[in-house]
Amino acid sequence: MAVPELHRLTLDNGLRVVLAPDATAPVVGVSVHYDVGFRSEPEGRTGFAHLFEHLMFQGSESLEKLAHFRYVQSSGGTFNGSTHPDFTDYFEVLPSAALERALFLEADRMRAPKLTQENLANQIDVVKEEIRLNVLNRPYGGFPWILLPPVLYSTFPNAHNGYGDFTDLEQATLDDCAAFFDTYYAPANAVLTVAGDFEVDRARELIEKHFGDVPARPKPHRPSFAEPRPTEELRGHHTDPHAPLPALAVGYRMPDPVGELDSYLAHLVLAGVLTDGDGSRLQQRLVHREPLVTDISAGAGLFGPFEARDPDTFSVTAIHPPDVSAERVLGALDEELDALATTPPGEEELTRVIARWSANLHSDHDRLVSRTLGFGSFELLHGDAGLTFGLADRIAAVTAERVAEAAKGLRPDARAVLVVEPEQGGKQ
Amino acid sequence: MTAATHRSAGEIGRTERGPRPVPGLGEQRAAADLAHTDTVLANGLRVLAVRKANVPMVEARLAIPFAADDPMHPATAEVLAETIATGTARRDRVAIDTELALIGGDLGTAVDPEHLTLSGGALASGLPTLLDVLADVLTAATHADNEVARERARIVERLAVARTQPRVIAREALQRRRYGDHPYTREVPQPGDVERVGPEAVRALHASAVLPGGAVLVLVGDLDPDAAVGDVERALGEWRSDRRATEMPELPDLAAGDLLLVPRAGAVQSQLRLSAQALPRTDPRYPALQLANLAFGGYFSSRLVENIREDKGYTYGAQSGFEFTGNKATLQVEADTASEVTAAALLETRYELGRLGLVPPTAEEVESVRQYAIGSLLIGASSQAGLASQLTALATVGLGVDWLAGHPERVAAVTAEQVAEAALEFFAPSRFTGVVVGDADTLARPLTALGGVSIGEPGAAGS
Repeated sequence: MAVPELHRLTLDNGLRVVLAPDATAPVVGVSVHYDVGFRSEPEGRTGFAHLFEHLMFQGSESLEKLAHFRYVQSSGGTFNGSTHPDFTDYFEVLPSAALERALFLEADRMRAPKLTQENLANQIDVVKEEIRLNVLNRPYGGFPWILLPPVLYSTFPNAHNGYGDFTDLEQATLDDCAAFFDTYYAPANAVLTVAGDFEVDRARELIEKHFGDVPARPKPHRPSFAEPRPTEELRGHHTDPHAPLPALAVGYRMPDPVGELDSYLAHLVLAGVLTDGDGSRLQQRLVHREPLVTDISAGAGLFGPFEARDPDTFSVTAIHPPDVSAERVLGALDEELDALATTPPGEEELTRVIARWSANLHSDHDRLVSRTLGFGSFELLHGDAGLTFGLADRIAAVTAERVAEAAKGLRPDARAVLVVEPEQGGKQ
Repeated sequence: MTAATHRSAGEIGRTERGPRPVPGLGEQRAAADLAHTDTVLANGLRVLAVRKANVPMVEARLAIPFAADDPMHPATAEVLAETIATGTARRDRVAIDTELALIGGDLGTAVDPEHLTLSGGALASGLPTLLDVLADVLTAATHADNEVARERARIVERLAVARTQPRVIAREALQRRRYGDHPYTREVPQPGDVERVGPEAVRALHASAVLPGGAVLVLVGDLDPDAAVGDVERALGEWRSDRRATEMPELPDLAAGDLLLVPRAGAVQSQLRLSAQALPRTDPRYPALQLANLAFGGYFSSRLVENIREDKGYTYGAQSGFEFTGNKATLQVEADTASEVTAAALLETRYELGRLGLVPPTAEEVESVRQYAIGSLLIGASSQAGLASQLTALATVGLGVDWLAGHPERVAAVTAEQVAEAALEFFAPSRFTGVVVGDADTLARPLTALGGVSIGEPGAAGS
């Protein structure tokens, strides 16, 4: 990876800071990752972490409603936020002249967001529209990220719908918001990242100036979300009112992404061997040779890899014609996993997957948004933003035996199978 | 709900020191000049190679004009796109994928009524291999019988999925509403047509239409522009023909009209899609119209988003933007809204269209969109993939690096009066046509009451 210059510091209030200067383009990325995601929301408040993310854009002590968007965009920048199982991120990418302004905007809402009844009601409506758009009004909405966890997991934090039920969203109160902010949005529970075109000393000064007087609050206790692995095959069914074809998602538990990183990476390579490209095993067999499915993919994490702590999910998803049974697809998957467990993948097979990973990591690094967010999430989840630079080498070091071991662990008697059936035999 | 004791929302939003002033902007550095070579090869292929060496990668985009009148063309073209990289005289499907994988590469194809596009990327050291594979599929794809049969079946299955997507349904309805049966409307082929596509037809289309004359190849990455053009010449020199690739005939200008309500029974959300004639990038008034559009609905801080999302909560996303087609352009205004508030959202959208001309963007609004327009160009051009996409869009209409480099200056020179003039002329609600897709039982009565809406048949949005 190019120019691995990285600086890390911690302010007196506990805010961790990652600085990654790179002057190849006159733009800068700023992000804040808070160590709370939808796994931390309490029962009866599904969707609250995401709803609260929306509220953080609605104004703060120095910024009226709408001002955040206006200041970012009138500086030539873009912004967004997103809620994940274990963290919530906020970011701006802007021409580098706007660095101080972006730091100010993030500091102001970390110090004193304006949480009001009116904005809460408005954003509940907006979030409901978001859910209608992404889940309720389209085929395969929430497949598999909302539908698979309740089959694979048994505890509320891991199993529930992170978008939330409408009834829970409607019951959210302003006091819930205040409690959530005071508990989880402490500076000691966050990572600030600045990447791109800036001078390190100047950035340090500006960060101290704007974030230095955000009052310290205790870092909340982070509970373990561990739960036992399944000891049998768990089954779930979902009827989709819009989908024209049946679909299947198979979920397995994975190694701890933080504590067992090399095993985790072996699972990523396994996913590539199974479904990355026409030369991969399941594409060759199930899409082209037999053929049983329209499309198939495998991967780590229901939002992509490196997005969660333990427990994380390895999933295989497929869309298939109605005359192919889920059992046939599962049977073929199990045969291919068995074959890999018995005979590790060949050298060329491994090299293909590793070269594509290396190229993908370069491409991610080239986009300032993903580079900034990558530093922030690696710092937050792994305590090491610099892991970004070593990842390609760690993946290249995965051996065929580790991949075979990963395949061996994906057992039929310890997984979840979600079957999606079209309503009325496929009529929309 | 979490901490045993916590501050109230009111206490959280106040500090002793009180509100602070927002810092101004610092000095902005310009983007570095792009070292590039832009040339037309002997076979008529335009090659634009740009050095951008942030990471050791290269991005490639090849756009071939690919229009035709034949009603079967969309289906045949779709099968061609799906089988072009599934086998050549020298390589089978797996060999192509393996060779690409070993250079960290990929190659994707897409077809629309205007172009066949091949997009790829690879580690920079793999550029000669990427070009070799590209040349192979362009000049020696076999479109083997079994691959055609398999891809045909997959396309039919994927079309079934696509046609349940509200945005696809709305797009088809809008295209028919705007352009009737013009070839430009045939973006998604009919499954029945796809089933009838034979391998001979695919091979014949490949021989007659996959041509270098008039096509553009954009390369962006860790490369030397002259050397890259030399690589392309060596790899693609044998791709030649006496004829040129077929451009789509010019689109007619849009006629204003009622919105057509296209029923989709039981839908919980509706798609509002409005459209009107606009100006292409080469028009001297384009920069002013670009800024007027941003102020209307082209970014989050626009009047439309602040009204129907942030004030009313009618939608998660509303936006307006340009659609560039050949030497023409149109404006699109889009929002997805819950059925109960669809008519109200349309009312507000029309109100904002009218207001943009009558109460034009203030000096502050114009400065905001000006900075946004310039900043977006900088951000887009900061990555290899982003720059490759920007340049490909420009290159297909005969523009290039100079247009990109000169645009910030053109945007900087626009006056508030020019924006007001463009807003009044192009955003008048009476200039628009469009569709509303949604549950007619809920929508028909309020939309009829609002007026300017005709009721259509399910799936029949003919004009």
